[in-house]
Amino acid sequence: MSQYILRRLMIAIPSLLGISVVLFVVLALAPGDPFAELATNPNVPPEVQAALRAKFGLDDPIYLRYLHWLNAMLHGDWGFSFVSRMNVDRLILQRLPATLYVIGSAQILALMIAIPVGVYAATKPYSLFDQIANTLAFIGFSLPTFFTGILFILIFSVTLDWLPFVYTTDIKGTGIHWVLEMIRQAIMPVAVLGLFQAASMTRFVRSAMLDVIRLDYVTTARAKGLGQAKVIVKHVMRNAMIPVVTLIALQMPAVFGGAIVTEQIFRIPGIGSLLISSILSNDTPVVMAVTFVFACLVVLFNLIADVLYGWLDPRISLR
Amino acid sequence: MLDKELRSMIGQVKDGRMDRRAFIQRLAAVGLAAPAAYQLLALGGVAMAEGPSAYKPTKRGGGGALKLLWWQGPTLLNPHFATGTKDQDGSRLFYEPLACWDVDGNMKLVLAAEIPSVQNGLLAADGTSVTWKLKPGVKWHDGKPFSADDVVFTWEYTKDPATATVTSGTYRDLKVEKIDDLTVKITFPKPTPFWADAFVGAGAGQILPKHQFADYIGSKSRDAPANLAPVGTGPYKFVEFKPGDLIRGVINPDYHMANRPYFDSIEMKGGGDAVSAARAVIQTGEYDFGWNIQVEDDVLLRLEKGGKGKTIYAVGGDTEFIALNFTDPNVEVDGEKSSMKTKHPLFSDPAVRKALSMLVDRDSIKKAIYGRAGRTTANFLNGPEKFVSKNTSWEFNIEKASKLLDDAGWKPGADGIREKDGKKLKLLYQTSINGPRQKTQAIVKQACQKAGIDVELKSVVASVFFSSDVANPDTYPKFYADLEMFQIPMSQPDPSQHMRRYHSRYIASKENKWQGTNFPRWVNKDYDAAIDAADAEMDPVKRAALYIKCNDLLWQDTVFIPAMHRLKVEAAANTLRPVISGWANETDNLFDWYREE
Repeated sequence: MSQYILRRLMIAIPSLLGISVVLFVVLALAPGDPFAELATNPNVPPEVQAALRAKFGLDDPIYLRYLHWLNAMLHGDWGFSFVSRMNVDRLILQRLPATLYVIGSAQILALMIAIPVGVYAATKPYSLFDQIANTLAFIGFSLPTFFTGILFILIFSVTLDWLPFVYTTDIKGTGIHWVLEMIRQAIMPVAVLGLFQAASMTRFVRSAMLDVIRLDYVTTARAKGLGQAKVIVKHVMRNAMIPVVTLIALQMPAVFGGAIVTEQIFRIPGIGSLLISSILSNDTPVVMAVTFVFACLVVLFNLIADVLYGWLDPRISLR
Repeated sequence: MLDKELRSMIGQVKDGRMDRRAFIQRLAAVGLAAPAAYQLLALGGVAMAEGPSAYKPTKRGGGGALKLLWWQGPTLLNPHFATGTKDQDGSRLFYEPLACWDVDGNMKLVLAAEIPSVQNGLLAADGTSVTWKLKPGVKWHDGKPFSADDVVFTWEYTKDPATATVTSGTYRDLKVEKIDDLTVKITFPKPTPFWADAFVGAGAGQILPKHQFADYIGSKSRDAPANLAPVGTGPYKFVEFKPGDLIRGVINPDYHMANRPYFDSIEMKGGGDAVSAARAVIQTGEYDFGWNIQVEDDVLLRLEKGGKGKTIYAVGGDTEFIALNFTDPNVEVDGEKSSMKTKHPLFSDPAVRKALSMLVDRDSIKKAIYGRAGRTTANFLNGPEKFVSKNTSWEFNIEKASKLLDDAGWKPGADGIREKDGKKLKLLYQTSINGPRQKTQAIVKQACQKAGIDVELKSVVASVFFSSDVANPDTYPKFYADLEMFQIPMSQPDPSQHMRRYHSRYIASKENKWQGTNFPRWVNKDYDAAIDAADAEMDPVKRAALYIKCNDLLWQDTVFIPAMHRLKVEAAANTLRPVISGWANETDNLFDWYREE
């Protein structure tokens, strides 16, 4: 087992290197530079712009810039933001709590809806409950989050005036009041993201359950005289959850990566909004760091999913 | 304005026969705005006076929290590294200049004790130096006294090429020296009619504390802890900063202006988009003030109905224009299109340029797009008032344009598109991707079609269009199109920088890596001469006349077709009394903001 993990980690190195080369080249070839806004400011002479480009090494050839970046990354230096003039790791760490809180809660909400609904719908396929659950799921994943987000804002903020639609990181107050405010402002983004995720996950859980529920060993279990609940939970779910676990594991990087659209709508200062604003301002070091960290997480969670497989299903052996 | 009459009026003010207010009113009657009039007085030997203040609170603090919404949040808090006005706005909460510009473009004292003038001896009559007296007793937020050393240091810091500040253009040619602890003298390399650039306003003027930055000058500049935690002299003290997301500050109890500031704490939230920012201020009232609300007027009017806030407008000098290319964008000479060695095949006929200007329906553009945030204009230079030409006019007339083209020999071909000598009237019209700009393009294209001109529209991502990337063909300085539309913000109440750009000396070309500012590549000897004369002209009246002449030359030659004179649009809670100037950053007059129930 440990040998397997070690080997997988060794394989991960060249693939991460490959990813970083692709990312770096794409970003370097992308048009625009971080000092674009200065160009229209008549106060800033063009020479100053040229000096800035030179200072940040933007005029060096691509391979040289890549090697600089790689060397720094190996020393734990994630780069230096052109736009904020601070270290990228500090920028990212500042944004991480909001993303973990909101996206994490949304994932938990999605699971809490998807698993019971999916399981129950699968035990009674084509029943009224199943039909309704399916219809809602289809509606849920057909509606994009930018639409439901704005709809929620119009209903709950503008019309009803119940919830704030601007997420603030510095809520005044302490103790229970702080906790309540934190929950209150997260309700809308968590609901928007959670329901969207839940919709597709419900379908997935349902079909995974249906695949298993028809197998012979389930019939055997029933024939033994076991109760419905025990059959479903102990025998069916345990096997049906294997692909679901993979799906969840592969979605974990997204918890760190943030949700660009939802974060933008609700002004959540998370990784997603950092990424999009950095892309818009051509802040290459930040874009590079965020996307690369994201790539690392994907590789890592893929490995975790594979290891989990072996643990959940002893028939699968890892060599 | 009549030179003689003005002179006699200035004389009357000097002798006390006419009071200052009457002078301003007389000038306003002939179209000169107060800021211009004040500078006239300053240079005519009468001291510039501060404009009246409408500030009502009679004690410091007690105003609760002020919540600002900047939909592009500041990403750094060192004003001399600002990559956009948002960063200047954020820094200006804490740092201060010697003086700033109020709503009417009057100079307002901040850290200076007296406005320099020829009369009080602080401004050299030949415009080669200006002396600033500093307010005594001002303290930095950490308790250290503010002095002339800080002003001199700010100059040393910004002019150092290794520091790589974006404001170095303002400071590198000056000499700043300390006369005593509360006096600094700025010496200019040549007569400088507009002396209020260095140390004035939020753009370049914010003064840094020497004791915080002295060890971080030059290449070490990025390591200064104060880059992210400013220690200033402003009305609010720094508490917290999260780039792009949030700035927090609390009242500075030792602030140097009486009864100010009004608010106990301040918060500047970033992120999102302009429409939802307008909603959070006008409709739900979650925030007190929303910055730069570039939203269609229809939407704003709808939000304002029964809302908790309103939009406010500030007049500055920002002009949205369509520039004409005087070189050929389709022929490559020495690896460069739009080369000075070519002439534009269609626009070299003045009739085509004139006809085009008649095909821009400015009224429709105002009605359909800008609404209350725009004014139609014939001029390229739209402010300050004293520099605005009254000699120009514009019209929208498709028939007249068609006739003009007919007379010039441009006859419609079989496909309805006009042609002459085998050259078809087909134009490529580019701009940056931005809702109002694409709509303007559509309005212009439609009118051109009716007149037999085929217009192809092109939209470029703003980050490319405005970039200085030499390798990219789609930037505005390269101008590989026949027409292009955008605006160049006018960041100070003086036209010198703004107009100097189109001197033939500054033509954008491959040779200067397209860093030249004259992107239409228009050459006019009279214009060059007028600009050179204005740059050295100390007589304010003659100087204004020169800039008016420059504007008129641009108009005569149809170098630019001004599509709209754009105003600043902000959203504010009904109870908030913000002070917003069209000539300054939104936070430049923050010390005067208060709330009235």
